[in-house]
Amino acid sequence: MSERIYIYKRYERFWHWSQALLIIAMMITGFEVHGSYTLLGFGDAVQWHTLAAWTLLTLWAFTIFWQFTTGEWRQYLPSLKNVAAMIKYYSYGIFVNSPHPFHKTALQKHNPLQRLAYLALLAVISPLIWGSGLLYLFYGDWSRLGLDAWLTLEWVAVAHTLGAFLITAFFFIHVYLTTTGHTMFAHIKAMITGWEEVGDHH
Amino acid sequence: MFNQSWRSIAVAWFGCTLLFGAQAAQQPPAGPVAAATTADHSKLEALKGPFKSGPEVTKACLSCHNMAGHQVMKSIHWTWEGKSPGTGKTLGKKWAANNFCGSPLSNEPRCTSCHAGYGWTDKNFDFTNQDNVDCLACHDTTGGYKKFATNAGHPLYEAREYEPMEGPPGKKQVQAPDLTKIAQHVGKPGRANCGACHFNGGGGDAVKHGDLDSSLKNPSRELDVHMAKDGANMVCADCHTFNAHQPSGSRYAANPKDTHGLDLPKDDHNRATCESCHGLAPHKEAKINHHANKVACQTCHIPEFARGGVATKMLWDWSTAGKMDADGKPLFVKDDHGHLKYSAAKGDFKYGENVRPEYKWYNGVVQQVTITDKLDGFVTKDGVLELNRVEGSAGDPNARIWPFKVMHGKQPYDTENNTLVVNHVFGDDDTALWKHYDFAKSIKAGMDYAGLPYSGKFGFIETRMNWFITHMVAPKEKAVPCAECHTRSADGRLAAITDIYLPGRDRNPWVDLFGGLAIVGAIGAGAVHGLVRIITRRRKENTQ
Repeated sequence: MSERIYIYKRYERFWHWSQALLIIAMMITGFEVHGSYTLLGFGDAVQWHTLAAWTLLTLWAFTIFWQFTTGEWRQYLPSLKNVAAMIKYYSYGIFVNSPHPFHKTALQKHNPLQRLAYLALLAVISPLIWGSGLLYLFYGDWSRLGLDAWLTLEWVAVAHTLGAFLITAFFFIHVYLTTTGHTMFAHIKAMITGWEEVGDHH
Repeated sequence: MFNQSWRSIAVAWFGCTLLFGAQAAQQPPAGPVAAATTADHSKLEALKGPFKSGPEVTKACLSCHNMAGHQVMKSIHWTWEGKSPGTGKTLGKKWAANNFCGSPLSNEPRCTSCHAGYGWTDKNFDFTNQDNVDCLACHDTTGGYKKFATNAGHPLYEAREYEPMEGPPGKKQVQAPDLTKIAQHVGKPGRANCGACHFNGGGGDAVKHGDLDSSLKNPSRELDVHMAKDGANMVCADCHTFNAHQPSGSRYAANPKDTHGLDLPKDDHNRATCESCHGLAPHKEAKINHHANKVACQTCHIPEFARGGVATKMLWDWSTAGKMDADGKPLFVKDDHGHLKYSAAKGDFKYGENVRPEYKWYNGVVQQVTITDKLDGFVTKDGVLELNRVEGSAGDPNARIWPFKVMHGKQPYDTENNTLVVNHVFGDDDTALWKHYDFAKSIKAGMDYAGLPYSGKFGFIETRMNWFITHMVAPKEKAVPCAECHTRSADGRLAAITDIYLPGRDRNPWVDLFGGLAIVGAIGAGAVHGLVRIITRRRKENTQ
């Protein structure tokens, strides 16, 4: 028997999908600004990239508020417990149809590996991208703010590019891992409807 | 950011006010000219005439405008001499070297057809006699006034037959202008007044500047958004404002970065910068405004020069001058477009139309070579003599990236003294180059005349000259698109500017390599993992 649990609330789903859209838009326009290809034209790419960045910052302002008022922020607290079991599952158990070592509930929706991954995202990649991105955006104000004495555009741009590569790699792994649920599309379905079917409890 | 947008709105509003004000002032007057001014010159006793010569007209002008003569005599239009603010060197046509016609010394009657005066036939010209000032060249509004090409600044006083040196063959009757009528119809200078000389610098239409030629007398909006009738319909002096007959703006050393901004009535009435009217933040987007810190307005807003259908000279090689045809007559050869590509008098030419400028850092300092300079310090690494090197770099707070027409040349120099030479090209004597085609004689005569040391040995040196591109401003929708600089393409407009990090062009190869591998690794790991899942599941199903 499989059970169904309501795991992603309405705002959370809205946040996830609008954020996904914005990040995909920023990946596409960002790598055009980087010179990797021509799609919209440099000027338009910069404008869309900037607009998406401000929109995502606004979305994050609401989301941070939501995380703290609902207490959902605790979902991102890391724990090293069972990490080894998770690694063992993804590198062996999943192939031999072993049971998932983590049982998802509305109170604990992230497995220990996910918690670590999201923490890395929040603590390393995100500050790298936003810090360098905002400096990049306000390059014209550096001299007024006295930043030009110890910053160069090259360093900021290269740091931003590094962050972009990291989040793009994260994106592909993230998308692949959505297929590792009870069924191929169980995780994605859950992120759309809020309800996830979780496998039999062994 | 938001602060910026409010500022640009305020500036735009202010700019509109200025613009509409200017347009109103330039509406063609409905009635007689007197409607726009307080004096109808055609009714003045002093201008009754008849006038037989230019100086006679000048005397009449000065009988009322009693300060004007002395004002003009202080201006560079009269002295052909001025101090460079950047280097302190004395420049002006008398001293600054170029790779076009050369020096006016010993060639006065031809060259001074563009002097704001009458009778500068040789070095004994009296620069203190105000009757020699030419008022009409700038103030004629009839279009009928024309200084004759070889008359030391005088117009014709009676009709003359004239055969141009470089063709077409055959004599042409040239009429003398009606000085009396012209004197009675003077007014503010229009585009054609300034253009009579500045469009024809270097001896012909469009030859010198690249961004100044006869197409600007009545340009389309696409060619020049400021001077077009359906644009702002401005004249030269609207930006090159005059104060007591002193023009503002200099081609020897343009203002590299105007940090003052709008020129208000309380300011110095010098509007020869874009910022004087458009302010310091004219774009809606802050990012574009920030570009102006390092990029001159002209760099984006003048995508190409020589856009008006008149070709400008890009190369002038004096070393080949003097060839004769089969009949022993001086050779003149035209190309398919009807441009003179070879002249026995001047050598080989190359032309350009719709030319993309070259871009260089410029901080206000131009190292201009003069006819007395030793050349050692001015020869660049590639062995070319740079006649006016512009200075600046990315780290220089006063420098911005500016567009230039780079004129290439090959011209005579003194191989022993290592200086340029004065070449006596024009004159009805036995040494002039354009009569006898003998450099040995013409250079000797020119140097003797100028009183400069000459070893008697000459050769030809390759030269390069930078001409600021600052006119022919296109409408905003025709500005250079971002991607023409922000591109990895080797022919990006700023490919020669290598001391900056240019987004879209530059990258760190190690970060790109690492990042590329990370993405490929992520996709690859997912693919392999997924494949193994599919295979192991199948196997399980089979064994069941």
